Order: sequence, then structure tokens, then C-alpha cells
Amino acid sequence: MARELWKGNEAIAEAAVRAGCQAYFGYPITPQTELLEYMSRRMPELGRAFVQAESELGAVNMVYGAACTGVRVMSSSSSPGVSLMMEGISYIAGTEVPAVLVDVMRGGPGLGNIAPAQADYNQIVHGGGHGDYYPIVLAPASVQEAVDLTVLAFDLAEKYRSVTVVLLDGSLGQMMEPAEMPPMQPLKKEFPAWATRGAENRERRMLSSIYLNPPDQEVTNLRLLRRWKEVEANEVRFKTYYLEDAEYVVMGFGSAGRVALSAVRAARAEGIKVGLLRPITVSPFPVQAVDAAVRQCKAGLVVEMNAGQMLEDVLRVNNNRIPFEFFARMGGIVPFPDEILAEIRRLAQGKASLEGHPRDRWLERVAAQA
Amino acid sequence: MTTTLDPELEQLVYERPDSLVDCATHYCPGCTHGVAHRLIAEVIDEMGIREKTIGVASVGCSVFAYNYFNFDFVQAPHGRAPAMATGVKRVLPDRFVITYQGDGDMASIGMAEVVHAAARGENICVFFINNANYGMTGGQMAPTTLPGQKTSSSPSGRDIETQGYPIRAAELLATLDGASYVVRRSLHDPKNIRLAKKAIRTAFEVQARGLGFSMVEMLSICPTNWGMTPLQSLQWLEEKMVPYYALNDFKVHPAVAEIRI
Repeated sequence: MARELWKGNEAIAEAAVRAGCQAYFGYPITPQTELLEYMSRRMPELGRAFVQAESELGAVNMVYGAACTGVRVMSSSSSPGVSLMMEGISYIAGTEVPAVLVDVMRGGPGLGNIAPAQADYNQIVHGGGHGDYYPIVLAPASVQEAVDLTVLAFDLAEKYRSVTVVLLDGSLGQMMEPAEMPPMQPLKKEFPAWATRGAENRERRMLSSIYLNPPDQEVTNLRLLRRWKEVEANEVRFKTYYLEDAEYVVMGFGSAGRVALSAVRAARAEGIKVGLLRPITVSPFPVQAVDAAVRQCKAGLVVEMNAGQMLEDVLRVNNNRIPFEFFARMGGIVPFPDEILAEIRRLAQGKASLEGHPRDRWLERVAAQA
Repeated sequence: MTTTLDPELEQLVYERPDSLVDCATHYCPGCTHGVAHRLIAEVIDEMGIREKTIGVASVGCSVFAYNYFNFDFVQAPHGRAPAMATGVKRVLPDRFVITYQGDGDMASIGMAEVVHAAARGENICVFFINNANYGMTGGQMAPTTLPGQKTSSSPSGRDIETQGYPIRAAELLATLDGASYVVRRSLHDPKNIRLAKKAIRTAFEVQARGLGFSMVEMLSICPTNWGMTPLQSLQWLEEKMVPYYALNDFKVHPAVAEIRI
């Protein structure tokens, strides 16, 4: 298949179609809306289900219903809309049915704005819905990667009966880049033994997230946790750049990681031995890769488009072994490579510190510049 | 002396429908949920569609409906049953998809979901149990609680000045073009129970013909939370609820009117 120019949101939609997505339910919200619009044309053309729901609550519960029939199903939204979906996500997780959600993050909290941000990392990676559940979260940094990870999201959701989220920011949803589409997969013809599709020649089935008897709920909680341990063991994905001989490591996911790569290249051109670690699965988090980078490097830098949400996961692995610094833009602002380059130079000048918290030092630097 | 029955003279006149599970329910003595369950199960048996029916349970007393109906069931979050049913029906259009919802579930927290399912003409049946209170949580005020009716969260009686008016869900949904069959029935006596069953049958026939959204509201009793005996409750329903919630056909699409049962 040839490379074509695709807008991120539309590329994800077409990738989902080719992954065999049989039903899409969504609600308009910027900067995700093109995904819904694309599906509104494409799904009926293929005889597949499309409904523009009355709300994100409606959409996620339509996803829940369709997921119970064992088909591949997805929805997409952006930050405030995803907040509304949290109820359904928790139920889907508790019922152990597979579903794919695309979250094209925008500035927040509240109504915020429609510019790109990464401020929903904690909401998606560390919960948001109630109860103990563990979504698989994939964070692309290019349109091509968004395409590839969308297909993977359906596979992983099915394999682990899990909610799988493709987490990106508005800039990736809106940008146009060359991308190659995957081949068209046929729709599923066989369905899992739990699917509720009518009790024809078999015992009835029930799908629910209710376990009124606490010991039954605990058994379910343990099953979810053990399944998550399998995910952690098998599905960690990340990408490293220039890390082989690096003395300094930069970490960032999605667009922040991509901008950081430009800064790393510029720093290399200046002779600074710096590399990049970009988590692709932000959940499960690439703990071993972060640990290896910590063992290898003198200092690290975490770059995000939020107030340091992934930073905390990095610091937990680092456990105060090497100095880490933090740099962020927030509120819908994407960092410039030069801003990150300046931070890398500080690392190379030995200015990274083990004292206090990287976020506090960053805030002090921001205040000093103001 | 013991009496022995001659098997030759025995005639089976009443049995459990195949579509109901042979088990005790958690419903309180006298509750009409059991009647509503049985009517739906009888209709499904009569139409021979048990293996093609998928139910969507709601939250409230009927949260365990899936334990009692003998066909595939899923369990929706509070109020979201019509959305979940939409998801099931859109990928399995040849199956019969029903929701079973109480008044708090459908007419309060789930109002948006049911209104839009009706507006879309979603080809599902909604069975709506109106017992004028939140039964499961212990009898709080519902959107259907009558003016002046005492509940655990309107202890002096529902004050319309501060707590507003009850919602007549059937009348409301009947205004939507997507709704094909919207009626209200009552479960307070045998005659009305028979009429309710006929309406349930009609609703399934509407879905069988792809005619779109149907909703059968059933006025029901809640002796435990109303603080009455079952008999007093049936009387209260007839005397207080029926005058407020008219038993009527509020929307019958011309194509539905042609259905003969």
C-alpha cells in the first residue's frame, strides 16, 4: 500500500475500519471531530454501524453494548468528553469486554481550550473511572504510528479483554503527514464464548460488572490484576533514539517526545551525548527501559505537555539515583525544540540536581524568566 | 386419610414460561415486578423468540432481572440501558433487544438516553416500571412521585414548589416522531394485567416488523416502601396513580395499528 497524505484523526478512523471495527459510536468534540465525521461516511458505506450519540455517556454505553456482542467496537473523544465516558469505561473494564477508545487530548482542566495538551495522562493511565482496573494505553508520536497503534489497540483489547486507549494530543489529530494504511481485515465471523448474541442452542449468558458478594468481587479484582501482570510482562513498548552511548537521557511521550527528539538531534550536533526514551505504551509503563537508562546515564530530563504527570512514574523508577530535571509547556502550548535544547545544555553543564523536586526547580526557573 | 390425585384427571393450566428461570426472586412480597417479568416471558415464549432475545437490565430493583429471565442479558449502568441496547441492536439487527427499567433509572438519570433512543427510532422495546419511588435504595422520591406523596426523601410529601412535578414519561416520549408505539398500562388487577400483556406483545411485534421504538409503561406497586399491604397498594395505585397517569395509547404509528394480535 502506498504512502498517502493523511490527517491524524482521519487516519486513525481508516485504520480502525481496516482493523475490522464493526461499530463506531461517538459525539462531536474538537479536536477529535474529524474522526467522527470520517466514520459517519465510511461505516455506512461498508454496511457497518455508526451512531452519533446524544452525549459521550450515550456513546460509551453504545460501545459497551456492542462490545458485549463480541465485535470490534470503538469510540473517540477529547478530554472533557472522555471525562463523561469514565463511568462507561469502568463498567466495560469491570465486565471484561474489549473496547477501543481514542482520546485526542486538549487543554484543561474544565472547558480549557482546543489546543494540544497531554494533561489527561493521569486520568487515562492511573484511572479516572472508579474501581481497580488497568487500561492499556498507547501513545503515538506521528500519524503513521497512530495508524499502527490503532490496529494494535484492537488486537490487545481482544487479547486481554481490556479497555485499550490510543492517547494522543490535538496536534497529532490535526496534523497531516504521509502514512501507509494497513491491509483491510475481514470482519470477525467467530465470537468468543462469553459474547451475548442470543442463547441459540446453548445456555443463556450474562454480562455484568456486578459482584454483590464481596468475595466474588475480590476474585474478579484478582483476575483483573493477574491479567494486568501478563500485559506488563508481554506488551511493553517504547522507542529509543541515540541512547547507545548516551550520558544524558530525555524522556517524553507522544508529541512532547517527538519535539524532544529534534532537541536531542540538535544537542548531538553540539557534541552532547544525549539520547531519547519515548514510551509507546504509557500503560504498561516501560519500567525496565527507564531503569536501564537511569543505570547508564548521569542525568535525565522529562518533557511533557502537562504539569509533570508521567514525571512521577519516571521518578518512582529512578528512586533518586540520578538527578532528573523537568520541562513542560501547558494549557495547549507545544514546547519548541530550542526550549528543550536549553534544558539539555543545562544537563550537560552539570546543573541537574538531586535536591528537592524537579517540578519545583522548573517552576523556579519559569518564575526567574518571567 | 390422604388424598391421592388421579394423574389421568390432572390438567396443566399454569406453568413457568421457558423464558423465566426456575428460581426465587429477590422482589418483596406483593411486588408487581414479578407480574411484569412473567408477562414479558410469556410473550417471548408465545412468539418463540427466546433464543433471539437479548435483554438489557438497568439499575434499581430490576438490577437482577438478568437472573430471572432465561435468555442472554447484559447489565447497563444507571439509566444507560437504551444506549447499551442501541449498541447491541445496531450490530445484531435481527435479534430482539429489550430494556427493563424503573422510573428512577429511565425517567431521571437516564432521560437523555431514552429520549434519544426514541428520537432515533431505535428498533428496541423499552419496558418501563413506574412505581412512583426509588425502590432499591429504600423509597426515595422519584421523578414519578405524585404531588404530596411521602417518601424517605420527601418526608412531608412531595412539595411541588421546591421539588417540582412528576414526569409523565409516556406522554413525553409520544411527542417524538421516532417513537412508533408508546402506551401506559397498569398491573393493579387481572383485566389491566391482560391489557398490559397485549401491549407487550404489540411492542415485540413492532420490533419484529422493524417499525422502530416502542415503550410500554406499567404502573406498579411498591408495598414495602409505600408502607402498605399489597392489597392497599393495589388500591392506592388505582385511586391515586391512575388519575394522574392516564392509561392510554399515546402513540400508535399507523403501521402499528394494523398489527392484529
